[in-house]
Amino acid sequence: MEITSPSFKDNARQAMADADLQRALGNVEKGFIEKRAKVVAKLPEFEDLRDSARDIKNHTLAHLDLYLEHYEKKVTEAGGKVHWAADAEEARKAILDICKSVGAKRVTKGKSMISEEIALNAAMEASGMEVVETDLGEYIIQLRGEHPSHIIAPAVHVNKDQVEADFRRVHSQLPPERNLDAPESLLAEARGILREKFLSADVGITGANFLIAETGTSIIVTNEGNGDLTQILPRIHIVIASLEKIVPTLEDVSQILRVLARSATGQEFSVYTTLSTGPKRAEDPDGPEEYHVVLLDNGRSSMIGTEFQDMLRCIRCGACMNHCPVYHAVGGHAYGWVYPGPMGSVLTPSLIGVEKGGQLPNASTFCGRCESVCPMRIPLPKMMRHWREREFERHLSPSAVRWGLGAWAYAAKRPKFYQLVTRIGALALNLASRNKGALRWWPLAGGWTKYRDLPAPQGKTFQQMWADKQKGARS
Amino acid sequence: MSSRDTILATIRRSLDATPGDRTRAATVASRLADAPSGIIPARGQLPDDKRIKLFAKMLEDVSATVERLSDVNDLPGRLAEFLKGHNLPPQIVRGEDEMLSTLPWKNAKTLEVKVGRADGTEMVGLSRAFGGVAETGTLMLASGPANPTSVNFLPEVHVVAIRAEDIAGDYESVFARLRETYGTGNMPRTFNLITGASRSADIEQTLLLGAHGPRRLHVMIVG
Repeated sequence: MEITSPSFKDNARQAMADADLQRALGNVEKGFIEKRAKVVAKLPEFEDLRDSARDIKNHTLAHLDLYLEHYEKKVTEAGGKVHWAADAEEARKAILDICKSVGAKRVTKGKSMISEEIALNAAMEASGMEVVETDLGEYIIQLRGEHPSHIIAPAVHVNKDQVEADFRRVHSQLPPERNLDAPESLLAEARGILREKFLSADVGITGANFLIAETGTSIIVTNEGNGDLTQILPRIHIVIASLEKIVPTLEDVSQILRVLARSATGQEFSVYTTLSTGPKRAEDPDGPEEYHVVLLDNGRSSMIGTEFQDMLRCIRCGACMNHCPVYHAVGGHAYGWVYPGPMGSVLTPSLIGVEKGGQLPNASTFCGRCESVCPMRIPLPKMMRHWREREFERHLSPSAVRWGLGAWAYAAKRPKFYQLVTRIGALALNLASRNKGALRWWPLAGGWTKYRDLPAPQGKTFQQMWADKQKGARS
Repeated sequence: MSSRDTILATIRRSLDATPGDRTRAATVASRLADAPSGIIPARGQLPDDKRIKLFAKMLEDVSATVERLSDVNDLPGRLAEFLKGHNLPPQIVRGEDEMLSTLPWKNAKTLEVKVGRADGTEMVGLSRAFGGVAETGTLMLASGPANPTSVNFLPEVHVVAIRAEDIAGDYESVFARLRETYGTGNMPRTFNLITGASRSADIEQTLLLGAHGPRRLHVMIVG
């Protein structure tokens, strides 16, 4: 997919002016935050489970090579095959080769962000295959020719009337006079259309929320059941997963599952958590005859040992973006690539380079809500700061920013000079505001005063006031 | 060098680890062998009767319906009543599960029972759960001829029978039993954790039941 992250500012401006999008984004704040808070309050052990989940992933990452080797051994023992892919190109090739080996025509897919990361659908369609997204949200955006704007609610930017228009346009075989007013009727229509696809697919592709080293198992977590129909009906099941999804044991995954659904959708547990191990057994009446896992690196192995290693703990719950004021304002597409919100602001520069993704870590108010809700306790704001530092070091920041930071650093290192400048500044602002505490205009501050007044200090700096207070306390 | 070797070498370099380091290998081996449990929420750690009540309540909270049978032999009759009560045809599909196979199906004369996998034409599927978890009202089902996975997903209505003694407080207890049954490190092809009926909130965050899987989940606790 085309990367538009470098034009984040323009994307954001357009998003703010998009009335449909703004209406849809209201659902994010309204829906997710309260549901999560309620379900978390019901589980006294939640904070301890967050610690436990963090520790499990830290332990796993410290022994990642060994757990991956054990995982591969177990998958092979169960009759499956692991395909290691260093980058997106290798992953696409592995999947296309499997599909071609059976002359696949129709491929159904469960929701997978990794598949977005490697731009799989375009590659498969170019090879003449019909690719059908089966998660309702993914299906909707596939019809619209769009990409997900949220990692767990891909169509959160779309309103119901837009879905209805898309269904009428694409499902032209159905009677045009049918009533699609209720969301239930839209769901029923998608269910009917997709059921046909499930039953006739040659290959089913799913992502994986987790891989278990102990048993060679892949896990998907869904509410719709689409991932299950995708993987039990076709002859071949392909799992596409990035290598940091691995955890050691069933006990370890139980710890993390306890924080996943609660953080993501505010459910106690998702409806379907499915553990798949190898192809169907000789005596099994259903299930796939072949089971493949495409294990993607795509730059992750190089994040280990750096200040961005903690990002590899991410379980893609979406809590960070659900609680992010910047995401609420601009939505997911403005971020310009696969991963939006705070987790995207950290991960995108790691995966596509700070030259292209450097704008994203700047799109943060550092309010810290993301870190406060992250079930894996990933220090997202700290890592965004690391990216800002790297961007500065590599001279990628605009000259006005560099000049401003340079001037501030000069003053900050010279306390006497700093106090003098701030005193003059505070006094000048106060005089200009005629002691009213606010300014309607100020030179070079048009970007601010265009929308709101600039608060003016009431004559003294904080340091002056503090000194006065200390003096008062002593006397 | 294969991609596999390149990836593993990069990870080892990033971790500053040497291949064949015995201490690291021992740490991993013991973690896999011991499988430490971590934190188990107190919520599900209850005496038998209360645990089963919590299991039922958690299921009802996610729009499932639950009934309790003191005698397993009542199941065919009660199932026929359930179908009638919901205007469903008296036809079900089920696997060769031992408990389900030994029931007096002739007591429910009108009920038509197909044994095998589901193919998408059946309205009602009947399964028997391997275990249940009171903590979140979660059913755990193992694939195989006894309970084919297609029965869990293709029919419009999924009825799951579970023995009261198979309902544990937490996931870990059922996983421990799974290891005993299949052998440590081994799994059935598919192990489904099911908590409620299929749903989606992808259209304007409005929760709707019956997305792709069953629209209704009915649980019969036996014993």
